[in-house]
Amino acid sequence: MSQIIILPILLPLASAVVMMFFWKSVAVHRVLNVAGTAMLFVVSLVILANVLSKGILSLQVGGWAAPFGISMVADLVSAIMLVATALIGFTTALYSLGTIDEKREHYFFYPLLQLLLMGINGAFLTGDVFNLYVWFEVTLISSFVLLVLGGTPEQLEGAIKYVTLNLLSSTIFLAAVGILYGIAGTLNMADLAVRVPLLDHRELLSVVAVLFMITFGVKAAIFPLFFWLPASYHTPPVAVSAIFAGLLTKVGVYAIMRFFTTIFNHDDAAFIYQFLLIASAFTMVVGVLGAAAQYDLRKLLSFHIISQIGYMIFALAIQSPLAIAGALFYIVHNIIAKTNLFYVSGAIKRLKGSYDLKEIGGIYRFYPLLGLLFLVPALGLAGIPPLSGFWAKFVVIKAGLEAEHYLLVGVALLVSLLTLFSMIKIWNEAFWKDDPRGSNNIVDEDYTHIGSTKKVMMFAPIVVLSAITVVFGLWFEPFFDLASRAANQLLDTGLYIQSVIGVKS
Amino acid sequence: MTFLLAVIVGVLYAVGTYLVLRRSLVKVIFGLIFLGHAANLLIFTVGRLTKGAPAFIPEGTDMLTEPFADPLPQALILTAIVIGFGVQAFTIVLFKRMYQTLGTEDLDKMRSTDQLKPEHK
Repeated sequence: MSQIIILPILLPLASAVVMMFFWKSVAVHRVLNVAGTAMLFVVSLVILANVLSKGILSLQVGGWAAPFGISMVADLVSAIMLVATALIGFTTALYSLGTIDEKREHYFFYPLLQLLLMGINGAFLTGDVFNLYVWFEVTLISSFVLLVLGGTPEQLEGAIKYVTLNLLSSTIFLAAVGILYGIAGTLNMADLAVRVPLLDHRELLSVVAVLFMITFGVKAAIFPLFFWLPASYHTPPVAVSAIFAGLLTKVGVYAIMRFFTTIFNHDDAAFIYQFLLIASAFTMVVGVLGAAAQYDLRKLLSFHIISQIGYMIFALAIQSPLAIAGALFYIVHNIIAKTNLFYVSGAIKRLKGSYDLKEIGGIYRFYPLLGLLFLVPALGLAGIPPLSGFWAKFVVIKAGLEAEHYLLVGVALLVSLLTLFSMIKIWNEAFWKDDPRGSNNIVDEDYTHIGSTKKVMMFAPIVVLSAITVVFGLWFEPFFDLASRAANQLLDTGLYIQSVIGVKS
Repeated sequence: MTFLLAVIVGVLYAVGTYLVLRRSLVKVIFGLIFLGHAANLLIFTVGRLTKGAPAFIPEGTDMLTEPFADPLPQALILTAIVIGFGVQAFTIVLFKRMYQTLGTEDLDKMRSTDQLKPEHK
């Protein structure tokens, strides 16, 4: 039964390959993309159900026994991330139908989307450090191509910054993997968890921990390492920005979570948590201040990604079971709310013809429903009860108070006020004030030419994700129970080791 | 031999870091390539150098005898080289397209995605 955990990798790969065979027919691509992601979602739910009932699932690829071959492991954290990824993959598949132009579709937009999902799923599932590097590269190269697809000057310029900084982080990752193998003689995460506490050369181990920290810090966009993100995320079509915003940085956060609970959980790496605490405060503040200065809708939202990453890192750095559960809940809540906000920004652009907040306005007057659909993820992100963000922040801040990080809790609360401020700014500028081009300017010329199917495809994902944000808020208890179980499982390294190599440490 | 390789790795890292910090994009790309090679050689060196002893089980026995060269670092490097090759090829094409579109290779002139839009008067 544990063979099922390879499916989240094989399914997108198979869809992408089949699409390539029908490279002339965009219609086949569209159908396969939606069907493939829908199946992925079902498979992910089945995996989650299985992990819930049977504990951690692991698979030794090719039948090579654990420390020698490549292990795939699905514990609760991985399974939850898989479900979130598949959900975003599915909604983005629908949203792309409504928003992506035909030229991009012809240049393999959909196969690339599938390969991106494959890379992300691989990163969540792997139990091998070098394999994680490979999945990072798969994700990166698909995201590179998705980012430049279309080839506008703005996209190319954003891509240069994105590509350079991410490649740099990849070489650091590779060096860290090499040194880790040199001192530990294994790259299997479970085997590392057994061996690392017993090793000599503790100082070298600290060096490796810092190298990993920097690599994942770049991927997750932590404070001094985030500059590639706001320089590039606003350049591609909004469907691409949305899936990047939802998933890519979270892969980095997941990797930090995995490495610093499973492998580097000994005292020598404790200084990493101190560093993470300080970095998280700066990440929160710098991200939200960057957002406050922006008037381009997508740039504003891009800066918010960074600010929100700060909360997750803060929670991870506290390291108590409650905090880890909070971080996990926060990640899932943020994936959904953030992606949704990007979807809404795409809808606004199509309605009003611009992303610039100074050039648009008056949407609420004619489209009050879109106003509501914007407010749900926006207030959710800011943390207004009873939406999901309130609980996410509540848990993180409670964990912070329990760990007596009062200053950081203060920063977190202040930043959520500023988050609310910039969400209200979008509301005022885009929805509330009159359109600067005159209040008779109801919709953009181009919007009237969009077919009704396309419009449905554009708004359906927004409705679905907004509904999930509300459900997360109103029925918080079962979701948080799940997150707590996942956190306890993650912190009990013995379970992970036992599942992969069969001996309890 | 290990000492020599260590020196080479160091030099490659130094050259790579220097080039990455340059303003010209061509040099930045070369810097990234050098850093990639440095990382590969680092894995090779840190994975212990054993001369003339491939990890094959000799005929007639069923166990490897020490010393033997660890095949895993070599496998890692091979994978990393292939990935690096693909990514570098992509980067060079991206650079070519960018030079054609923007007409510059000076990184200081590529600021439009970072700056705020000029104020409307």
